[in-house]
Amino acid sequence: MLETAATHEAAAGVSYALRWIVALPLAGAAINLIAGKRLQDAAGRTAVAVLGSAMSIASFVCVVAAFLRLRSLPVDERLLLDTVSSWIHIGDLDVSIALAFDPLSAVMCLIITGIGSLIHIYSYGYMDEDPANWRFFGMLNLFLFCMLTLILGDNMLVMFVGWEGVGLCSWGLIGFWHSDHTNTAAANKAFLVNRIGDFAFLCGMFLLFWSLADSGKATLVFRELAHAVPALEGMTLWGMGVATLVTLLLFVGATGKSAQIPLYVWLPDAMAGPTPVSALIHAATMVTAGVYMIVRLNFLFSMAPFTMQVITAVGAATAFFAATIGLSQHDIKKVLAYSTVSQLGYMFMAVGVGAYAAGIFHLLTHAFFKACLFLGAGSVIHALHHEQDMRRMGGLRSYMPVTFGTFLISALAIAGVPGFAGFFSKDEILWRAFLANPVIWAVGLAAAGMTAFYMFRAVFLTFAGECRVEGHAREHLHESSWTMTLPLVVLAAGAAGAGYLGVPAALGGANHFEQWLAPVVELEHAALSHAAGGHDTTLEYVLMALSVATAGLGILLAYLIYIRKSLSAATFAAIGGGVPYRLSFNKYFVDEFYYGFFLNGVLSLSRALAWIDLHVVDGIVNGAARVVRISSDFGGAIDHYVVDGLVNGTATVVDRCGAAARKLQTGGINAYLYVLVLAVILVLFSRAW
Amino acid sequence: MENVLSYMTFVPLAGMLAVMVMPRDKHEVIRWTALAFTLVPLLLGIWLYGDFDGSITGMQYVERHTWIETYNIQYIMGIDGLSVTMVLLTALLCPICILASWNIEKGVKGYFMLFLLLETGMMGVFCALDFFLFYIFWEVMLLPMYFLIGIWGGPRREYAAIKFFLYTLVGSVLMLIAMLALYFHGEPRTFDMLVLMERAPTYARSFQAWAWLALFVGFAIKIPAFPFHTWLPDAHVEAPTAISVILAGVLLKMGTYGILRICYPIFPVATQQFAFWCLAVLGTWNIVYGALCAMAQQDMKKLVAYSSISHMGYVMLGMATLTSQGINGAVLQMFNHGTVTAMLFLIVGVVYDRAHHRDINGFGGLASVMPVYTGLMTVAFFAALGLPGLSAFISEVLVLLGAWQYNQALTIVAASAVVLTAGYMLWMLQRVWLGPVNEKYANMPDLSARELVTLLPLAVIVLVLGIHPHAVLDLIDPTLLALNRTVADAVVVSAQLLH
Amino acid sequence: MESAIGLNHFLAVGLILFCLGLFCVLTRRNAIGVLMGVELILNGANVNYVAFSKYSAAAVDGQVFSVFVIMLAAAEAAIGLALVLAIYRSFRAIDVSVMRTLRG
Repeated sequence: MLETAATHEAAAGVSYALRWIVALPLAGAAINLIAGKRLQDAAGRTAVAVLGSAMSIASFVCVVAAFLRLRSLPVDERLLLDTVSSWIHIGDLDVSIALAFDPLSAVMCLIITGIGSLIHIYSYGYMDEDPANWRFFGMLNLFLFCMLTLILGDNMLVMFVGWEGVGLCSWGLIGFWHSDHTNTAAANKAFLVNRIGDFAFLCGMFLLFWSLADSGKATLVFRELAHAVPALEGMTLWGMGVATLVTLLLFVGATGKSAQIPLYVWLPDAMAGPTPVSALIHAATMVTAGVYMIVRLNFLFSMAPFTMQVITAVGAATAFFAATIGLSQHDIKKVLAYSTVSQLGYMFMAVGVGAYAAGIFHLLTHAFFKACLFLGAGSVIHALHHEQDMRRMGGLRSYMPVTFGTFLISALAIAGVPGFAGFFSKDEILWRAFLANPVIWAVGLAAAGMTAFYMFRAVFLTFAGECRVEGHAREHLHESSWTMTLPLVVLAAGAAGAGYLGVPAALGGANHFEQWLAPVVELEHAALSHAAGGHDTTLEYVLMALSVATAGLGILLAYLIYIRKSLSAATFAAIGGGVPYRLSFNKYFVDEFYYGFFLNGVLSLSRALAWIDLHVVDGIVNGAARVVRISSDFGGAIDHYVVDGLVNGTATVVDRCGAAARKLQTGGINAYLYVLVLAVILVLFSRAW
Repeated sequence: MENVLSYMTFVPLAGMLAVMVMPRDKHEVIRWTALAFTLVPLLLGIWLYGDFDGSITGMQYVERHTWIETYNIQYIMGIDGLSVTMVLLTALLCPICILASWNIEKGVKGYFMLFLLLETGMMGVFCALDFFLFYIFWEVMLLPMYFLIGIWGGPRREYAAIKFFLYTLVGSVLMLIAMLALYFHGEPRTFDMLVLMERAPTYARSFQAWAWLALFVGFAIKIPAFPFHTWLPDAHVEAPTAISVILAGVLLKMGTYGILRICYPIFPVATQQFAFWCLAVLGTWNIVYGALCAMAQQDMKKLVAYSSISHMGYVMLGMATLTSQGINGAVLQMFNHGTVTAMLFLIVGVVYDRAHHRDINGFGGLASVMPVYTGLMTVAFFAALGLPGLSAFISEVLVLLGAWQYNQALTIVAASAVVLTAGYMLWMLQRVWLGPVNEKYANMPDLSARELVTLLPLAVIVLVLGIHPHAVLDLIDPTLLALNRTVADAVVVSAQLLH
Repeated sequence: MESAIGLNHFLAVGLILFCLGLFCVLTRRNAIGVLMGVELILNGANVNYVAFSKYSAAAVDGQVFSVFVIMLAAAEAAIGLALVLAIYRSFRAIDVSVMRTLRG
């Protein structure tokens, strides 16, 4: 059944000009990065901002058009294709620059261009004091291009272009204010940690390609992979199933991009970038690429149960640990960053248990509420002149009502309060996790409770209580301009309402979202509809109630500590001699460990090798030269004193004689003539005798 | 235009003679003349690019004349898919280097004369099909290089020049021995490479082995492969910018070109025998070792020099695999490395001209001071670290893909260099271009028009080849496939059988 | 007494001319004087040549030689005077005793 469906799908691809979706942001990026400085000097920063935003919005319009076209097709023929040109064709490797648009890409593209456009607009307000708007909007557009390439890429290599391209943009935008060393260090860290993942991703891709080549089906095109991968069944390498090995390597790539244990360390540092960047790249889009990749290759991952268990475990662990770190941070962006890591953990948990659609659903809702939270935080930070420490905020509710309102809605959504978006997606994941393994569910539930707590801790510390803002900034407290609040409102609406796209059957919904994704995740869909008959709605209600209760508990705790002050945070910090608190506050010293162990290890190795190169390898060369020189000096000495000595001795004798004889040369012509005449006379007389 | 290769080779020599008769103080005239005489091969190269038929595996534009009849030495020129890329690269880089040498003020006449002679030598090496002729051009190229480093170089120029010269001479001697052995090994005696290739099956296994090794050491010095690489950092650090560009852009390729042109088809059995240890393992070691050494450098040029060692490792690894991806990747990498590393050296040259030092820690914040420069630098740096969409990515991924089929363990080690490369490139970028502006250099002028002209064409090529690699791959693929097959199918026919 | 004037007379004249010339060459400090002495020596030789030619069976050989010598003397005078001029330019004198730059 899978086989026929896949061939059918591959055959039914409808040609459609998808290239405009990526070309427009690329054009915007090219113009802004090449000529943007002149444009900004000539026409002001509005011009570059409008250009950037217009390209983003135009791309969004193209995506919507493609989406409508896609929806008009019958369910199992929903695929748009656009082959731009051939790219690399060497031997078995035949890769085109080709784009594909299916229900999954549609969701992702709508998120990227939709939220991307809102963030472009927001950035106009946020970056009002920055002289390099051209570079900012250029990079944002370039990011959109790369991200859309990642999503639309019809094969793994084109996807990889986007995959690394977003890394480049992330690097450029984290280090956007590049005169500060901290920012550029964070940018480099992000790129390098991602590169470790990319290295594994590349290896996974090679292994997949050659394993398929062995079975005569060498391809990297996703659609063809879908019915080529069954050939991997039974293949082994280094004592492991090839499918398992490939998926593990690809998953390592995903942990880099999507900030999972052990490669999550770059994401909190990435908050050094401007806040709109954090919202777009480090919350809503780029970091979800790993989840997208796994769902894109779900047919492959489903073949490797061991990998799936690893993904689930890593996802759950990340969700939990990141949440515990989020509990104690003072920097509002750091709280949100760890929250992002934690929520990404949820998504991996979901795909790990095979709930691909649920993972993407959470990705969607998370994009709304987390982007909104970041932008809200950005609005606060902007109003406070780049103050990010929550201990110096407070009471902002009355000054910034729109920011507060939207931030609150999003906090409710992420906490999983019924009716808001996060509730639907998170419960779906927890339910599916419970079906797979109740331990995973318990970990997820604990993380959900903590999420509710730290989010409301942030809300209360920032917006409630008395105002702790000091000095100059306090006098100028004001709500942000409309370009910043409009995106907030739209995103908050999404955070509130996006959940209704996927109301589960247990709550009387039809789960449109899952239906929409069904052609992409056929296996899951088939398994689900198989199980649908016997599934226990009572269990689902119980789980729902438990998670709502946990979220409520978290919120209540935050309320008691930060509003009613009936409980003291210090009491909690002192639990266990303060060790858990210190671990959480210092992020479990993972960064220190990585720096001390890996970075210093590599640097020491590189210094040692450079030393060896200079003193040993080159030393041998120079030593050889010295040996030759010494022996030649010796030969030279013999030559000089013995062989040449004889020659010089002869010369000396001649020289002495010459010195004596030279006296004869008077230089006077008369003297010579006298001698001449005398000599002639002498000769004549001697002849006469 | 059947003599196009001779024109490309000897027009620069004519340029040298033209410069020779000019008054020594007419600097402008000399520069423009030199530029004109290097532009001719470039224009011919552009024509050649359009005219060259990539689908033919044999030699094209062959010229054959008797030269020294007594010893059956001939003047044979010709190119196939392998050499055409190198000829084009040389033709492209030389005018750029002339422009990059514009501000040389010491001994202008001598400098440009030697440079033009160097171009003749380089072109000749890539076009010659008679081993004797090849050797002559090889040596012709060595001489001007020695003086260009030794006279116009930095403070330790004499040490570097002599080291370079002696090292290369050792290689030349080994090559000479192998060449003479080949000459005396068959009847009628000949240096004609095409004939020698046909005789390949008759060479005994032991003869192939030692001749291969002698040639390999000669070429490995040029690549440079570990442990023969230490002349490179010294030569680069001391050489003037344009000479570094030529050295890394063209001269290093002669090592790998020589292996593919001579060792592969003439000694295919020995190639099979030694490819793993001498090319694959050594190449992988080059990649990782070069990258790690680069990371520890404080001098910008030294860092780029070690990165060259690392990147040339990909070429060795790729050609060792004998897969179509690997070997195509290797030759593409030769071309791409030529353009990317040329950009890197030009970029270092720009700050060196202004600040007169190259200490990585002595700058800071140049991005704010010189935006255009920084933009082009970013392209070059990200190309060097293999960012997809730029040229070097294609060649590296092809090499690694081919290598995976050949030996997974080596590939994993080699591929780990993508992290290391990103590490040292970004670290240098951060220290020099980012961070707070160093007040000393707060008023450094951005790129001049001349500098822009040197960098921009290379940047365009780097971008275009990232998206359309077949612009080069189409030229080389059939030739390399044929070469692959020659080596893969080779067996020694017993010599007695033939007699 | 066959003839009043015979070969010996001519030879005597030649010898006198030669000796005068030699004397002139050896004693003169003026470079032009030295050259004039050389001319006298040559002419002394010429007289001998012509005389021998007349009084021997050797046809006109001697006369031919003397013509050569005259030509040579002319050339020598020209070069010699040119040299003297050149010497005068650098030494501001034509006194040969001043010109001792070749002294060892």
